Amino acid sequence: MSGLAFDILLVAALLWSAARALTAADLFRAVVMFIVFGLLMALAWARLDAPDIALAEAAIGAGLSGALLLDTVGHLRAKKNGSRQ
Amino acid sequence: MKTLMRLLVLAGCAAFVAVAGMAMLVLPEPPIRLAARVSAELGNSGVKHPVTAVLLNFRGYDTLLEIAVLLLALLGIATAAGGDAVTGRRLHGNPQAFLQSLARLLAPLMVMTAGYLLWAGSHRPGGAFQAGAVLAAGIVLLYLSGLLPAPAGPSWLLRLGLVAGFLVFVAVTAVPLFSGGQLLQYPPDMAGALILLIESGLTLSLGLILAALFLWLPDEHEEAEE
Amino acid sequence: MLFALTGIVLFAGGIAGMILQSHLLRKIMAFNIFGSGAFLVLVGLGQRDGQIDPVPQAMVLTGIVVSVAATALALALARRLLNLTGEMRFPREGPDD
Repeated sequence: MSGLAFDILLVAALLWSAARALTAADLFRAVVMFIVFGLLMALAWARLDAPDIALAEAAIGAGLSGALLLDTVGHLRAKKNGSRQ
Repeated sequence: MKTLMRLLVLAGCAAFVAVAGMAMLVLPEPPIRLAARVSAELGNSGVKHPVTAVLLNFRGYDTLLEIAVLLLALLGIATAAGGDAVTGRRLHGNPQAFLQSLARLLAPLMVMTAGYLLWAGSHRPGGAFQAGAVLAAGIVLLYLSGLLPAPAGPSWLLRLGLVAGFLVFVAVTAVPLFSGGQLLQYPPDMAGALILLIESGLTLSLGLILAALFLWLPDEHEEAEE
Repeated sequence: MLFALTGIVLFAGGIAGMILQSHLLRKIMAFNIFGSGAFLVLVGLGQRDGQIDPVPQAMVLTGIVVSVAATALALALARRLLNLTGEMRFPREGPDD
């Protein structure tokens, strides 16, 4: 029974972080919520008895994708600050 | 007008969720059980972990084409980056000393972890993709702490490393053609060793490709010079 | 099965986000989110009666790597657009703007 309760909490957290990632006003916060979503997905894969996917999602899905997006957000900010001067 | 469009899109998505959800709840029993077939053939595949066996043996074509797609995506990024990928760039700004010492400490550990994940893929969760991701993370960490420049374009050693995985895979795939078999037909007694060979090439290539995907993104100081 | 239903919701939400948002970075994030939703459906439906099925797991592993490559390519193109036009949105088209 505790498995089901954990699953429901995980699903709720997944949906919430995805919604926040899609609708957050600040772009940086949106990317951070996207990384959180990726890590929660890794937990979901672990719950689904798929440890290979959990490893790959944590490293590639959350890690590399998140790093790419963060890099672009920083680039955007630098561009905006640079053009304002 | 715009809010009407938004409401339409949201309503369409909600309807899709309702219909698909209800359809999923009344699905019948699956007629084919692939898991049973996989575990029946697992002994002949050369590895003991079913996911690795499926990835590299039973559905090896998918992995072969996947690494080709990755190479194509990298070529696309190198094209979009313009002339920036040719010259290796160092990190702008001054990286902190703590980050540098941490990176120096972590990088050999990451290489070792990648090697372990590669080896463990044959009997535990692991394999080439996870090992390649850890390797790529190590390279990116070294770049972000200022210890390593971004891989420059023209170096032939780098190009060899990038395509090595694909070439090794194609070579192992095509060898049975000469002895009258079909593509991707490993001889059963050598299957484990062949899979490990392919996975090593894949790990090296994947690490380099994933790191290059990050490091070759177009830079802000580059103007459109055409 | 619960995860498969979640996957459907994520899929629909991601597609809605991709259509409705105009900033390219948010579109790319929405693309990743609905990709993850599709993977959840793939594995969740395959394992809905409790037995572990390695075939969809292998496919999802491939899918994750390919989707990160697509994300990187999309980001590279978006950055070129940023360099050329100054902002990360699709340029307004036509004279009737």
